Amino acid sequence: MVRLTVEFLGGLDVIVKKQRQYKVDVKVDGKEEIDVGDLIQWIVANLIEHERDVNVFLENDSIRPGILTLINDTDWELEGEKEYVLEDGDVISFTSTLHGG
Amino acid sequence: MTESERSNAHLLEEIERLRTENSKLRDELDAERCSSNMDKLPMSLDEFKRYGRQMIVDETEGLKGQLKLKNSSVLVVGAGGLGCPSLPYLAGAGIGKIGIVDNDIVDTSNLHRQVLHDSTKVGMFKCESAKQVLNKLNPHVSVTTYPVRLSNANAFDIFEDYDVILDCTDTPMARYLISDVAVNLGKPVVSASALRTEGQLSIFNFANSGPCYRCFYPTPPAPTSVSSCQEGGVLGPCVGLVGVAMVVETLKLLLGVYTIENFKPFLLQYSGFPDQTLRKFKMRGRREDCPASGSNKTVTRKAIESGEIDYHSFCGSRNYNVLKEDDRITVKKFEEEYRNSSNNKPYFLLDVRPSLHYSISHLPDTHNITVNELRDLQPELEELQTKIPHISKDSEVLVICRYGNDSQLATQLLKDKFKLKDVRDIKGGFFKYIDEINPSLPKY
Repeated sequence: MVRLTVEFLGGLDVIVKKQRQYKVDVKVDGKEEIDVGDLIQWIVANLIEHERDVNVFLENDSIRPGILTLINDTDWELEGEKEYVLEDGDVISFTSTLHGG
Repeated sequence: MTESERSNAHLLEEIERLRTENSKLRDELDAERCSSNMDKLPMSLDEFKRYGRQMIVDETEGLKGQLKLKNSSVLVVGAGGLGCPSLPYLAGAGIGKIGIVDNDIVDTSNLHRQVLHDSTKVGMFKCESAKQVLNKLNPHVSVTTYPVRLSNANAFDIFEDYDVILDCTDTPMARYLISDVAVNLGKPVVSASALRTEGQLSIFNFANSGPCYRCFYPTPPAPTSVSSCQEGGVLGPCVGLVGVAMVVETLKLLLGVYTIENFKPFLLQYSGFPDQTLRKFKMRGRREDCPASGSNKTVTRKAIESGEIDYHSFCGSRNYNVLKEDDRITVKKFEEEYRNSSNNKPYFLLDVRPSLHYSISHLPDTHNITVNELRDLQPELEELQTKIPHISKDSEVLVICRYGNDSQLATQLLKDKFKLKDVRDIKGGFFKYIDEINPSLPKY
């Protein structure tokens, strides 16, 4: 089990009951090390309220273009993306890219 | 008087004469120095006075930094929610040359956030309206306006004259174009965006080695997932704060605060609610395979100017026209056959706008249910009846939204999911109805 803070910014909170921040304990059966890929599946199963909103979050099983993923305030591309192994206290943020101006 | 007394008196006289002469020469020298100083002053006395309060801040490096600003040029693309707050601070700070690109005109619905414009300027080009304010604010700054839409064809010519580009636009298409052109010309971009209560800010192509917009966002988002301010709304002070923050970054670029050694790619994320926060995310550097800034670039000046790089097809556009003509009705027909008709045939009018929109203004005798609410219902008529009592498969149903887009999606859903037979959407929506039938209703 790993204890995390998960955030949905840039308006993305609409798909998770309009709550921007969650403190969660993530447990995956049969796995000791939980990575970001596991967390994404866990979010789909546990936090996204409506089935129709899953494709707001995912496209072809990965995070949809237009959403940035941050691991402890760092672009996940610098941290190994889905393979990053989560530790207690990690903050994982998802934010929509904004375009208005 | 003795001999020595006479000699003393003579000496004193001589000293006094020399004193007078010395003082006269000093005055002449001072006057000369002063006039040559005047010629050599790098700014007018008014400018010294005007910029004094910022020149005495250590970070600006005083006169040296002020002259850097005076000799620099900044192009602002978009004089809207981000451009309006950034422009007066750029002019106020004494950037020597400012360019403004915007082909849009001032609309009343802009004024809650685009506070450089005002009620007397509705209908005027935004870039001209902005220029008027800047000229009054600081006559030492030269302002050039470009009342054109930035395009593949004109972007290079416009950008060439400027040191830093501010991306204050509002679509992914414009953002890719600005970044690509800036990379090709070797110029940095301060890029920001905002929606609702949040904003984002980054610097692209720093010193020709930092990441560009395509490095951050190699794949454009689906057009259906892109919200505009018109659609999603925006709070004035939230977008305003982000626009002002853009100028802080611009000053750092021009003053040379950022260097190759200390610059780290970042994305600032501002949130206005629930607590105000400004977070700095550490971002990736250049993408080796980036088509614009990578080692094998295909997004070249030639490819852009020739139109080979097609931003429209790259970013895509939404297709709302999902219905056949038979499934639609004009606002005029709707008024004649339903609202203003004497035959009083029963029908259901569904307004599928979000409830906040609906609460601002709506037609009488309507049911408010959004497309998403329709999607969430189980596909049974009884479910629909819990929201809209007495509706049946044979009911005559009309659907209306703001502009006539969501109403088409809702019409399709009502037919496919709940098997309603007689559903039509009102073309052009509530706003078209207001424009053509009843202008006394509030538009927002």
